Amino acid sequence: MPGLKGWKEVPIAGVVDTPATAREYETGKWRVMRPIVNKDKCINCMQCWLYCPDMAITGKTSTETKNGLDMAGIDMKYCKGCGTCAAVCPVKAIEMKPETEFLK
Amino acid sequence: MPVRLETTGAAAVAHAMRQINPDVVAAYPITPQTPVVEYFATFVANGEVDTVMVPVESEHSAMSAVVGSAAAGARTMTATAANGLALMVEIVYIAASYRLPIVMPIVNRALSGPINIHCDHSDAMLVRDSGWVQLFCENHQEAYDMTIIATKLAENEKVLLPVMVNLDGFITSHGADSFEMLEDEKVREFVGTWEPKYPLLDIAKPVTHGSIDMFDYYFEHHRQQEEGMENAYNIIPEVFAEFEKLTGRKYDYLDLYKTEDADYVMVVVNSTASTAKYVVDEYREKGIKVGLVKPWVFTPFPKESFKNALNGKKAVVVLDRAMSFGKEAPLYTLVKSSLYDISEKPAMGSFVYGLGGRDVTPHMLREAFDAAINGELELDKQKYLGLRD
Ligand code: SF4
Ligand code: SF4
Repeated sequence: MPGLKGWKEVPIAGVVDTPATAREYETGKWRVMRPIVNKDKCINCMQCWLYCPDMAITGKTSTETKNGLDMAGIDMKYCKGCGTCAAVCPVKAIEMKPETEFLK
Repeated sequence: MPVRLETTGAAAVAHAMRQINPDVVAAYPITPQTPVVEYFATFVANGEVDTVMVPVESEHSAMSAVVGSAAAGARTMTATAANGLALMVEIVYIAASYRLPIVMPIVNRALSGPINIHCDHSDAMLVRDSGWVQLFCENHQEAYDMTIIATKLAENEKVLLPVMVNLDGFITSHGADSFEMLEDEKVREFVGTWEPKYPLLDIAKPVTHGSIDMFDYYFEHHRQQEEGMENAYNIIPEVFAEFEKLTGRKYDYLDLYKTEDADYVMVVVNSTASTAKYVVDEYREKGIKVGLVKPWVFTPFPKESFKNALNGKKAVVVLDRAMSFGKEAPLYTLVKSSLYDISEKPAMGSFVYGLGGRDVTPHMLREAFDAAINGELELDKQKYLGLRD
């Protein structure tokens, strides 16, 4: 497992000795399904951003869109492929695809 | 000046706890541990300690409460026996893996069934692989001493493991005997104060205990636990030496009684060792060279000391007050395997005795010694002392 530390290098007992380090734990490694957004269909309603349990969806304000919001993409470091975004999207702009399709 | 008290083993342990003055004690009563907690509760009620006493609703809760308390950074103790320990087991393992220096006297009692409240060591053997240091005590003095020693050992920053102090149910816990009690200040000085490394209550340095530990680090944390146990093995003699300086009482991994020139040696833990010493003296009077090995330290198992003590002996009998159904008895297995590579292997025999509080008589111990002396030991056959055919 590359990037992981040896037993002499980590605090004992699984103690997390630094606060606010959740970002360093890349939950995206669990993913077996990957959400793919079709931006041509997307109406930037931000429902997916609201519901994503991992805050993996990026949103920003925009002057280009009708409602002033832009669904700017999904951070694959943290998206764990739960499919909630695809399920809540009112225009079915998100499709869940198996990770095996992306294996190099 | 130290004082001599004539009292029960349970009171001796409770006095050690009083002098250690733990921050928190959470416990649930179970025979024959009850008087330990009862005496201690009196000390709390009388204001003789600063301890917060948490009377919980079960042993599972007791162990859970002490895990929380020790993680918070408090010096924490509990005590239990037999089925109470069995109910704790889930959290007993977690206490060790969280590296919390909890001290827990175990007043050894049979793990039912059929239901039985009397002495054997099946409870201690249930948790032999849980990651706790396990010390065993012959009598009141040792139970008192080891409770104090356990606190210092557990809290050593290289160890940080919980420690069980085993004493025989009823025989030691309820029997009256005299022991020497140190001055309160001497004990407090000896155990010092614990400086926890990751206290939950230090809000200036926030930490997380108990997060999920997957296939990526769980294995590493268990290797660290083994390191803690190896460190305990190395530090035990230092703590014993310091205790000897304070009291003049000398402890080691093994209590060796007349083993130096012995041809035949018995291995047994806890109170039966007193009877065995008496029997050894009888044989010695007759000019038969027998001896006794009584482990004070069971986990970490002192392999080297066993090799040194037993190499070249004619025969060794190992007495177990617990069974491991379908496998060799626990103490026998370990002693036998530790002698695998010594140059002059003794004949060996395994004897199960005293289950469910069955009285242990000198006659029974003579039976085991005689089997050794008469060359009747069978390496792979478990025999029984005091069992009706
Ligand atoms: S699949 Fe789940 S985790 Fe990934 S972006 Fe969608 S809602 Fe968030
Ligand atoms: S829920 Fe669908 S439409 Fe709304 S922002 Fe997300 S992808 Fe776009």
